[in-house]
Amino acid sequence: MTELPTKTDRKLGLLIDLDTCVGCHACVISCKGWNTENYGAPLSDQSAYGANPSGTFLNRVHSYEITPDVGAAQLIHFPKSCLHCEDAPCVTVCPTGASYKRVEDGIVLVNESDCIGCGLCAWACPYGARELDAAEGVMKKCTLCVDRIYNENLPEEDRVPACVRTCPAGARHFGDFADPDSAVSKLSAERGGMDLMPEQGTKPVNKYLPPRPKDTMEEIDVLAPLLAPVAEEPKGFMAWLDKTLEKI
Amino acid sequence: MKDQPYVETSPHVSDEIRKTTCYMCACRCGINVHMKDGQVAYIEGNRDHPVNQGVLCAKGSAGIMQVNAPSRLRAPLKRVGPRGSGEFEEITWDEALDIAVGWLKPVREENPEKLAFFTGRDQSQSFTSFWAQNYGTPNYAAHGGFCSVNMAAAGIYTMGGAFWEFGQPDWDHTKLFMLFGVAEDHDSNPIKMGIGKIKARGAKVIGVNPIRTGYNAVADEWVGITPGTDGLFILALVHELLRAGKIDLTYLAQFTNGPVLIDADTGLLKRDEAGKALVVDRATGKLSAFDTTGVKPNLNGELRENGKTHRTVFHAMIERYLSDTYAPETVAKQVGISAGRIRAIAAELARVAFDEAFELDQAWTDFRGERHSKMRGRPVSFHAMRGISAHSNGFQTCRALHILQLLLGTVEVPGGFRFKPPYPKPSDIHPKPHCKVTPGAPLDGPHLGFVHGPEDLALKGDGTPARIDKAFTWENPMSAHGLMHMVISNAYAGDPYKIDTLFMYMANMSWNSSMNTKGVIEMLTDTDETGDYVIPRIIYSDAYSSEMVAYADLILPDTTYLERHDCISLLDRPICEADAAADAIRWPVIEPDRDVRGFQSVLCDLGARLGLPGFVNEDGSQKYADYADYIVNHVRKPGIGPLAGFRGNGSDAGRGEVNPEQLDRYIENGGFFVEHVPQEALYYKPWNSAYQDWAVAMGLYDSPQPYLFQLYVEPMRKFQRAAEGFGERQPPDHLRARIKETLDPLPIWYPPFEEGAVDTKQFPLHALTQRPMAMYHSWGTQNAWLRQIHGLNPLYLPTKRMQEHGFEDGDWAKVTSAHGEIIVPVAEMAALNENTVWTWNAIGKRKGAWALDKDAPEATKGFLLNHLIHELQPPKGDGLRWANSDPVTGQAAWFDLRVRIEKAPPPKESEPNFAPLTSPVGQGPKDLRWKVGS
Repeated sequence: MTELPTKTDRKLGLLIDLDTCVGCHACVISCKGWNTENYGAPLSDQSAYGANPSGTFLNRVHSYEITPDVGAAQLIHFPKSCLHCEDAPCVTVCPTGASYKRVEDGIVLVNESDCIGCGLCAWACPYGARELDAAEGVMKKCTLCVDRIYNENLPEEDRVPACVRTCPAGARHFGDFADPDSAVSKLSAERGGMDLMPEQGTKPVNKYLPPRPKDTMEEIDVLAPLLAPVAEEPKGFMAWLDKTLEKI
Repeated sequence: MKDQPYVETSPHVSDEIRKTTCYMCACRCGINVHMKDGQVAYIEGNRDHPVNQGVLCAKGSAGIMQVNAPSRLRAPLKRVGPRGSGEFEEITWDEALDIAVGWLKPVREENPEKLAFFTGRDQSQSFTSFWAQNYGTPNYAAHGGFCSVNMAAAGIYTMGGAFWEFGQPDWDHTKLFMLFGVAEDHDSNPIKMGIGKIKARGAKVIGVNPIRTGYNAVADEWVGITPGTDGLFILALVHELLRAGKIDLTYLAQFTNGPVLIDADTGLLKRDEAGKALVVDRATGKLSAFDTTGVKPNLNGELRENGKTHRTVFHAMIERYLSDTYAPETVAKQVGISAGRIRAIAAELARVAFDEAFELDQAWTDFRGERHSKMRGRPVSFHAMRGISAHSNGFQTCRALHILQLLLGTVEVPGGFRFKPPYPKPSDIHPKPHCKVTPGAPLDGPHLGFVHGPEDLALKGDGTPARIDKAFTWENPMSAHGLMHMVISNAYAGDPYKIDTLFMYMANMSWNSSMNTKGVIEMLTDTDETGDYVIPRIIYSDAYSSEMVAYADLILPDTTYLERHDCISLLDRPICEADAAADAIRWPVIEPDRDVRGFQSVLCDLGARLGLPGFVNEDGSQKYADYADYIVNHVRKPGIGPLAGFRGNGSDAGRGEVNPEQLDRYIENGGFFVEHVPQEALYYKPWNSAYQDWAVAMGLYDSPQPYLFQLYVEPMRKFQRAAEGFGERQPPDHLRARIKETLDPLPIWYPPFEEGAVDTKQFPLHALTQRPMAMYHSWGTQNAWLRQIHGLNPLYLPTKRMQEHGFEDGDWAKVTSAHGEIIVPVAEMAALNENTVWTWNAIGKRKGAWALDKDAPEATKGFLLNHLIHELQPPKGDGLRWANSDPVTGQAAWFDLRVRIEKAPPPKESEPNFAPLTSPVGQGPKDLRWKVGS
């Protein structure tokens, strides 16, 4: 068993806007590229050109259809990676102490040299956010790009997770949820940021902005003022036109 | 608790960043390529770049897997087995070029039209067309004919530009963005950025698409329209807006040909002796040229002459569109949208355009000399690409959309749709098509262009088509991008004539880029009575082991995009933004580790070996050592070359002398060049004197070119007149009725041709493809990362059809069209028009191609809808070959397809399946652990 810190100085995490995510997978591949080259072992791919291609990803986008009682079905794109929970069950279950939550910023990491690849943490995580790398035999997970966000070799504006830097729609935001004045805290408050599966009691740091209501436009069965006809026939229309042109 | 492990939070990122241009799709974003130990370590977006401003899509970030793909060709190849076997031997470049010269030189000396040179997804068309022009063949085009020419041509004829590379919504001001069915790579990142931007401030998005994925999934309102009826829906919106008088009369009077008089006898526009269109001045009641200083054009002007009354274009529009033909109630069932919803959308367009109109505090002067103190904005914008284009009624549908924008007064105004330099550019200052062949000499001018009447068609003296693809003929007079999808079929049929050599670049014509794939394979491999191939010689250039490689006799292996020079030129399809002119380069950030050469450099060499003017010096020596040499030193017009930036001593923009250091300056600047449009010139560009003057200084125009937007496209009327029997050049009789109907100078809607050609009760469903955001045509599959996202493409069925046929996800369906059948896996999708089935484009692969395992799911479960679509319409019994294309432009009507489905016993693999190709590159490794540097 591994202990969680009683409190972290900051709570760094992601705020993901489900109203704006178009499901393009840019974040998935940017993450794969950065984390293959950086923190720990590369993210390997098995059967890369074969029958069952299957690689390690720290971030994936799932798509869900929702069919409301009234109105058209909707498609929600749902990017998912480690939520860096305050009560992270993946940490407490770890038999070697390889999984841990950082005191200074709350990031949950795996120390690969201590990881024995037992997979308990992946079982414990209710979100399915951890993946065992088949080539290396160690557990991989989102590091919140801990090797980018403090990296003095990167320009300051690039010290954000790779997925946030690349997101074309601007649907991913990074910041400190412990600070009520941070941009992510404010945006989350304004747009009703939600915890994922709060009933699990994991207290995830990452939050999701819910999709705005869709298909709310009401049909116009009778003529609305905006579309009141100026004339029904071409002749009447041209008379209206002459009158109107006079006023211009 | 034990101490936290040490984490290196500032690791070395890379040795160097090399900035170039992405080529993972057509979007052309700027990329930072991080290098470690001379290898590509990581690719991210370039923050300074005008297109993507730092962001990058999945394809772009996966470029590293394209550059190391095992499917890369390694050396020139000569076919040794039969065509289609994939059996080749590697040869040297000298041998390859000797073979090519041996084929191409006699053809040029005897009859250059026997070379058909078509360049697919080419981003160097101003160069490849220059080569083809110097060779002297009339048979050149790129892939626009099977992509989105309807959108481009309709836009240019109507308003001097269209969407994507021609223009963009004013993302900073728009409050309502309406998107019609879209191909997600035109424009990839900018549309996502734009949607993100407007959603962040709570503006609305309306998505019109039978399928609710991607952008439509985040749209606030989804309109699940019946495929092929977009034009009818748009004209119903036009009907409602006109009826309610919710149109911008000032804009229409000042900036469109709405007030221009139509001759009541001919239907042509009234013009003065100088050829200028005539309007009635509201102030004086007199006839005036449209651009007369101080004129107030009257939308309801009329001229009585010899007992006839000549009325305005606008009058003709009112007569047509106020008709009940376009009333919401009339069209609702056909378009699959209730009348109340059509009205609600019209009302919302009107509300935002007129009630939320605003002004920018910026004075400007129009072309009539009038000074305006403000710029009025109408914050409604639109975007559309292939979805509405790829139908046989696509040209008229695209025209209808442009007309809708003009009625609302939203083009080139704040909050609306804005052109990107070098657009706007009226259709009459574009080149016209040229087709005069002289053995041993160049063609008489550029191949492609914009026709303005029957006299501009590409016909021979005997009236037969001059071009192998029959572009610019009576079958499709305004085919501005050619018809690449008809080349193989026509060459095989010897209609209009036989060819000797087919030379293609970057187009997978034996697979996903052709209709009737199986038929095309047979055409490529069929032999005549003497045992020779019907299409005698095929040369193909590609960087990868695509399906098409197996069907060529000679392969010229291209480099990947990180190993080459390229220029994204203002002469071609540039990367400008509405606020700026911009162009860009690619440069070899790594050197090839194989015996491959950039295709354009090979053309420089081949052009010299063939002695083509433009590619040799006076002494006959090679003029351009390679493409980089051409990019820097080619002069198209005095002071104008392929790149606009850093000319002369390095500080000239647009016009300037050749600068030998130009490429270095581009590389120092991040691979691109930007020149901003002056503040006063940012909007109202076609009529804004400040913009016109800036464009001339930049070399975009030779002189100021103010013009009116064309609600009424007079050249179309000229083709109709010919079909009515007027004029010397006459269409064949069997085409007269169709030309009269479909070349209407005001937008019309007619059902897609396939609906008329097949029994729709037999084939009740529409079948479509969409391109996933994380893939670009067939390229994506060779990419180890991207194929994990889109390795399967089930046929998506709406819930109603799943239930009707008792399907479960993973069951197999036989899908039948008038042309063929396929057996494929199905999956349910609720957010889908109930009469539509669809799948992802170009996921299905042929065994042996792309260095994939023969059991790859793309080859065993993947499939193409192409097998169901024929390049010809079903026979009508008249013995004629009717192309499955738009009758105005010849655009391939991919999305007209009608099918029926039934349950099928699970086959071993999706059908049809084909014999495996022999891979010229072997097969990729089993596992990957990609990490470079230490």
